[in-house]
Amino acid sequence: MVVTLQHYLAVAAILFTLGVFGIFVNRKNVIIILMSIELILLSVNINFVAFSAYLNEVSGQVMAMFVLTVAAAEAAVGLAILVTFFRNRGDIAVDHASVMKG
Amino acid sequence: MLQGIAFYVLAAVTVIGGLLVVTARNPVHSVLWLILTFFSAAGLFVLLGAEFLAMLLVVVYVGAVAVLFLFVVMMLDVDFVRLREGFAKYLPLAVIVAGVLLAEMVMISLVVAQGGAVAASTGPAAPRPEATNVEAIGRVLYTDYVYIFQAAGIVLLIAMIGAIVLTLRHKPNIKRQDVSRQVGRDRKKAMEIKSVPTGAGVKPEDLV
Repeated sequence: MVVTLQHYLAVAAILFTLGVFGIFVNRKNVIIILMSIELILLSVNINFVAFSAYLNEVSGQVMAMFVLTVAAAEAAVGLAILVTFFRNRGDIAVDHASVMKG
Repeated sequence: MLQGIAFYVLAAVTVIGGLLVVTARNPVHSVLWLILTFFSAAGLFVLLGAEFLAMLLVVVYVGAVAVLFLFVVMMLDVDFVRLREGFAKYLPLAVIVAGVLLAEMVMISLVVAQGGAVAASTGPAAPRPEATNVEAIGRVLYTDYVYIFQAAGIVLLIAMIGAIVLTLRHKPNIKRQDVSRQVGRDRKKAMEIKSVPTGAGVKPEDLV
């Protein structure tokens, strides 16, 4: 059982697909959509690290760290927007998100 | 052999955890499955020889992001049953889109892995065998990628300021300390001398 690059790429592809699937089926629930975005970014990170390991080049891991940074920032701002939205409306249904327009 | 078993176990847990994140009925369970997914992805990173990133994933995602999600899910009193409406309606479309996407990506990655520059590589190995993973990352992070590193710091700063600005609110009816008013208060503003005629007493309306 030799683990090749294809194995890791397949795992990342499945995870990415699950993220997109989650955005489709949970259209109304912003929290699950944010979690799906986290899954997508995680799959990107797996790709970065797998290529970095199999090409013997460490810069892919540095890129994965920056993806991690952006993902953390995105989660913080997204959840802050969600909390504000909930305060103003009392629910988090995405269909009404257009009321946030100024 | 052992590496193969570890890979298949971790990959299976990652994928099943990811599936349960998007299909769980209760968002709190979703967050817990997300934590499981991140943990096993960190295990995959360790298998690839990226120990530092694996620890970072556990600290940043499990320690910060997942806990933030958990806070928000538990703090907001949302009717989650109503939010699940349309799950079955969108399911066929989602399955079709996800299937096409998966087939495309798997084909592309097979082609890349068999014909690309990576095809000649034998397996995960340390880029510089004499340096540890942390040392190798540190050597490039603060030299070649120092500007991107600074930019990442600015991104985090702006995210922090944005989150504070979005969620901070002052309630109108709460008394707050106003230091400049407090310090600027002197005898002329604070007290008033009234002459009271002898024997007449003080009426309440005089005191205002």
